[in-house]
Amino acid sequence: MFGFGILSGVIFLPLVGAAFILALRGDDDATLRNARWAALLTTIVVFALSMVVWARFDATSAAFQFVEQKSWLGSGLVYKLGVDGMSIPFVLLTAFLMPISILASWEITVRVKEYMVAFLVLETLMIGVFCALDLVLFYLFFEGGLIPMFLIIGIWGGKRRVYASFKFFLYTLLGSLLMLIAILAMYGQVGTTDITAMLAAHFSPSMQTWLWLAFFASFAVKLPMWPAHTWLPDAHVEAPTAGSVILAAILLKMGGYGFLRFSLPMFPDASVQFAPLVYALSIIAIIYTSLVALVQEDIKKLIAYSSVAHMGFVTMGLFTLTPQGVQGAIFVMISHGLVSAALFLCVGVIYDRMHTREIAAYGGLVERMPLYAFTFMLFTLANVGLPGTSGFVGEFLTLVGAFNANSWVALFATTGVILSAAYALYLYRRVIFGVLDKPNLAGITDLSTREIAVFAPLLALTIYYGLRPGPILDASAASVAHLLQTHTALLDALKVATQGMTGQ
Amino acid sequence: MIQLVVFLPLVGFLIAGMIGYKVAPRISELVTTSLLFVAMGLSWSIFVDVGLGHGRASTLALANWFASGALNVDWALRVDALTAVMLVVVTSVSALVHLYSIGYMHDDPHRPRFFAYLSLFTFAMLTLATADNLVQMFFGWEGVGLASYLLIGFWRHKPSANAAAIKAFIVNRVGDFGFALGIFLIFKLTKSVAFDQVFAAAPGLAGQTIHVFGADFDALTLATFLLFTGAMGKSAQIFLHTWLPDAMEGPTPVSALIHAATMVTAGVFMVARLSPLFEYAPATLTFVTIIGATTAFVTATIGLVQNDIKRVIAYSTCSQLGYMFVAEGVGGYSLGIFHLFTHAFFKALLFLGAGSVILATHHEQDMRNMGGLRKHIPVTFAMMAIGTLSLTGFPFTAGYFSKDAIIEAAFAASQHDGAALFAFVATVIAAALTSFYSWRLMFMTFFGKRAAHARVAHEYEDGAQAHEGQPHEGEHEHHAPHESPLVVLAPLAALAIGALAAGLAFEGQFAGHAYEEFWKGSLFTSQENHLLQAMRDIPGWVSFAPTVMMALGFVVAVYVYILAPGAAQKLAGAFPRLYQFLLNKWYFDELYDAMFVRPSFAIGRLFWKGGDGRIIDGLGPDGVAARIVDGARLAVRLQTGYVYHYAFAMLIGVALVATWFVAGGLR
Repeated sequence: MFGFGILSGVIFLPLVGAAFILALRGDDDATLRNARWAALLTTIVVFALSMVVWARFDATSAAFQFVEQKSWLGSGLVYKLGVDGMSIPFVLLTAFLMPISILASWEITVRVKEYMVAFLVLETLMIGVFCALDLVLFYLFFEGGLIPMFLIIGIWGGKRRVYASFKFFLYTLLGSLLMLIAILAMYGQVGTTDITAMLAAHFSPSMQTWLWLAFFASFAVKLPMWPAHTWLPDAHVEAPTAGSVILAAILLKMGGYGFLRFSLPMFPDASVQFAPLVYALSIIAIIYTSLVALVQEDIKKLIAYSSVAHMGFVTMGLFTLTPQGVQGAIFVMISHGLVSAALFLCVGVIYDRMHTREIAAYGGLVERMPLYAFTFMLFTLANVGLPGTSGFVGEFLTLVGAFNANSWVALFATTGVILSAAYALYLYRRVIFGVLDKPNLAGITDLSTREIAVFAPLLALTIYYGLRPGPILDASAASVAHLLQTHTALLDALKVATQGMTGQ
Repeated sequence: MIQLVVFLPLVGFLIAGMIGYKVAPRISELVTTSLLFVAMGLSWSIFVDVGLGHGRASTLALANWFASGALNVDWALRVDALTAVMLVVVTSVSALVHLYSIGYMHDDPHRPRFFAYLSLFTFAMLTLATADNLVQMFFGWEGVGLASYLLIGFWRHKPSANAAAIKAFIVNRVGDFGFALGIFLIFKLTKSVAFDQVFAAAPGLAGQTIHVFGADFDALTLATFLLFTGAMGKSAQIFLHTWLPDAMEGPTPVSALIHAATMVTAGVFMVARLSPLFEYAPATLTFVTIIGATTAFVTATIGLVQNDIKRVIAYSTCSQLGYMFVAEGVGGYSLGIFHLFTHAFFKALLFLGAGSVILATHHEQDMRNMGGLRKHIPVTFAMMAIGTLSLTGFPFTAGYFSKDAIIEAAFAASQHDGAALFAFVATVIAAALTSFYSWRLMFMTFFGKRAAHARVAHEYEDGAQAHEGQPHEGEHEHHAPHESPLVVLAPLAALAIGALAAGLAFEGQFAGHAYEEFWKGSLFTSQENHLLQAMRDIPGWVSFAPTVMMALGFVVAVYVYILAPGAAQKLAGAFPRLYQFLLNKWYFDELYDAMFVRPSFAIGRLFWKGGDGRIIDGLGPDGVAARIVDGARLAVRLQTGYVYHYAFAMLIGVALVATWFVAGGLR
C-alpha cells in the first residue's frame, strides 16, 4: 500500500487505533469499553505483525532488513526504516508489552479515551525509535516519545506528578540539545542524515570525542546512568502503573539502544577512549543505587533504584566491547524489560487495592494472596539474577565480558549479585512474609483473572528465556560480531602501542 | 535412566506445586515420595553399574543453554563414579526424608508446599551433581540455595525464620561472588567452561601467571581460590559459616536433608569434581587444609556449650565438613567424599532422631528442658545412640573408617607440610570435642531426670534463645513424651543401617585396594600425590589416636553429666569469659553485624539523602527549578492560578518548538 513496507505498518498501526478511539463519541460505559477493547485489539494486531517481521527476519545476516526509504517533506530529509539484530529484540519487546500495559490499565476510569490514545501514540513513537534509519527521524521519535509520557505522568499520575515531570524535563532538555548539536555537526560532515551512510563514514578522533560526549549526555540521562538518575525514582513513583511499566521496560532501553546504534559503531575511537569513564559510572551505579535501594521505604522507589543498578550492567557490558559483554547487555535490557515490567505490575496490584506504596503498610500478604506471593517471588528471583530465570543470563554474560576487558570492573560489579539479593529479598520479606496483622489488609483479595492474564505471558517468557535464551542471543549475534570488528582492531592496536611504550 | 533420576523430582515438584493446594495433601506426599523412591532405586543401579561394575562414564547432552562469542554452555548430564556417589547419597537421604516428613509434618496445613520444596531441592542438587560444566553447576548451586531459602523460611509467619532464610541466601551469595569470579577467570584462561576442556587445559596452565586485579597471580591458584570461596559459603566453612546454625529455623527434616547430608556437602563435591584443577594449585590446597582444620576445631568448641539440640548438631555438621576439606586439602579427595558419604547417613540419622525427640516433647528444642527420655522413647534413643557412635568414630561404625582415614591422611601429609600438621592436631583435638558434645547431647536428652518444670523458668530467662519449630499449644507439660509413629521410625532404621555399615562396606572403594577400579579416573591425583600409599606407613599410635580421643570425650561427658551432675555449671562458672565466648559463637554474628550489615544500611541512607537528595538534586534539577520558579513567579503574577500547569505546558511547548526548528533548519 503506497509502497510502504511492513515496518511502517508496525509503526503506524497504533495511530489508526488512536484515530478510531478519538472518533468515538460520548462518555458512557459502552463507549469506554469500546475504547479499551479498541486499544487492546490494536496492540495485539501490532504484536502479531511484529511476529511476522520476526519470522521473516534472517538472523544470520548483519545487514539492515525490511529497509524502506522515502524522501520526506520534499527535501533532503529521508524517511528510512530498517531493522537488524540489535534492534529487532526491542521492537518485539515493545510490541509484546503494549497489550499487557493496556490490559493492566483496564480499571482506569479518568479520561479513558485520552489515556488509550496516549499509549497508542507512545507505541508508534517507541517502535519508531528502534526502526529509524535516519538521524532526524530517530531524533523526532526519540524526543517525541517524551510528550505522551509527560502527559501520562502529568494527567494520570500521583500527587507530586508535576515535580516529577519537571525534573525529567530539565535532565532531558540538556541532553537533547547537546545531541541535536551533534546531529547537526554530523550532517555537516557527511552531507546526509542517513544512518547507514553515517555508519560507513569516519569521523576524526577529536571530532569523535565531542560527538561521543554529546550523545552520551542524552543517552546517559535516558538510561539513566549515575549521577543523572534521580529523575527516575520520582517519575516512577508518580506514574500510573502502566506508565511505570513502559518507562522501565522500554523508554530506558532507548538509551542503551542509542549507545549500541550510534556511540559504539560511529565513534569507535572515542568509545575505546571513554570506556574507563563508563566503567566507573557503571560500577558506581551498581553499588551506590543498590545500597540506596536497600533503605527505601516506598516499593516503587526501591524497584526504580534497582532498575538503575541493572542499567549499570548494561552500560558496563556495552563498553567491554566483547561479544559476551554486548550481547549480554542486549539480553539484560530485554530481560529487565520483562522483569521490571512485571515488578511494577506487582506493585500496581497492591496499590490498586490499598492505595499506598509504603512498604510498612504491608506484611503477611501471603496469607491472603498466595498466587500473588508466588508471582512476586518469581520476579524477585529473576531480578536478583537466579540461574534459570532470564535475569541470570544477561548479567552473567556482561560480567564475563567485563572480566575479559578489565578484571577490576568485574570484581566490583559482581558485588551487585550480593547487594541485589539483599534489597530484593528484604523487600519481599517485609511485604509478603510475616503475620498479616494490619486490619485494613484483612480483606485483601488475590489476583483476579485479568491480572493472571497480565502476568502469565511475562512469567512464561522470564522462565523460557532463562532456560533457552538462544532466540535473543542468536538474533543479535551476527550484528554484534559485525559491530565489534572495528573495535577489536582498535583495541589490538592499543595493546601493541602500550606494550611498545612499556618496552615489553 | 539418568534423565529419570534428575527429572522425576522436578515432576514431583511441579505436581505438588501446581495441584497440591487443590487436592488432599496426602496426594502430594505420596506422589513426591514415591517418585523419589523410584529415583533412589535408579541411582543405586547406576552406582552399581558405574561405580562397582564396569559401566563407562558418560555424558548425556540435552540441549544448548546459551552461546556468545567463544563462550558455549550446554545442558548436559555427566555420569561417572563421583556423580554416582552423589546420586545415591542425595536420592537416598531425600527419599527417606520425604517419607519421614509424612509423619513429621502431618499436622501442618501447608504440607503440599513443603513436599514441593523438598522435591525442588532434590532436583537442583541432582543438576549440581550431574553438571558437565561450571555454569550448570552454578545453576544447581544457586538452585539449592533457593530451595534452602524457601525451606528455612517455611514457617513464614516467624520473623526469626525469615531472617535466617535471608541470611542464608545472602551469606551464600558472598561465596557465590567468588565462585562467579572463578568461572570468569577459568573462561579467560581456557576459553571454555566445560569440564573436559578445562581439565585438559589445566596441566598446561600449571605454574603460569596471569595479570588480574592489578597484580600477577599464579593462574590456577587464583582460579581455584576463587572457586573455593564458593565452596566455603555453601559448606559453611569458617568466616562464612554463620548462616548454618540459624538455618535450624527450618523444619527438622530440612535440616537433615539440606543442612547436613546434601547441600552443605556441595562444596566438598565441588573440590573433588575440580580435583584436576586443585591438584595443580598446591597453595590453594594448603588454604583448603587450614580452613577445614580451623572450622573443624572452632565450630566444635562452639558445639560444646549450645543448649538447642538442633544447633549442637548443626555445629557438629560445620565441624565434620571441616574434616572433609582437610582430607581434600592434603590430596585425599576420595577420603573427603568417603566422609561425605558416611556423614550423610549418620548426620541425617541424628537430625531425624532429634526431630523425633522434638515431636515426642511437643516441639521442645532446649536440651535443658529434656532429660530422662530414654524410657519414654526407647527406639529413638537407640537410633540416636547409633548415630552418635558413628559420629564419634566408635570402632567399625561408618564414621570410624572415614574419620580415621582423614586423620591418618593429615598425619601422612604432615611429614612434609606444616598446614597438614596443624590439621592433624586440630582434627585430633576436634575428635575429642566431637565425642564430648555428642555424648553431652545424649546424656542431657535421654538420661538424668526429666526436667518437666524447667521450661517455664527458662522461658523467661532465655526468651531470646527459645527456638521452637512451631507455635506450641500451652499446657503440653502434662502430656507424657510419646514414641513417634512407624513412618518416622522406619527412615531412622534405614539410616542407622547406613551409619553402621557404610564404612565397612565401602572402605576399599574409597580408601583402599579398590580405589582405581572404583573411581576410574573421575578423581584426579597428580604424579606426586602418594597420599594413599603414605597412609599405609604411618606409625600405629596415629591410628589409635582418634579412638583414644573418642573415649576421652566420652569419659569426660559421663563424668560431667552422669556421675557429677552440676559439674557443667561449675565448669562454666569457673571460666565465665570462655563460656560466654563459646556460648556467643565467638561473636561472629555481632562482628559481621557491626562490620557489614549496619554500615550497608547507613551508607545506603547517606547516599540516598545526602548523595541523591542534597548533592545531585540540590545542585541539579531542584536548584535550577527553584531559580526558574522564582522567575516564573514574577512573570506569572499578572495571571491567575495554576502556575504549575502553565509551566508544564510551556516546557512541552519548548520541546516541540525546538524539535520543529531543528527539523526545519536541516532542510
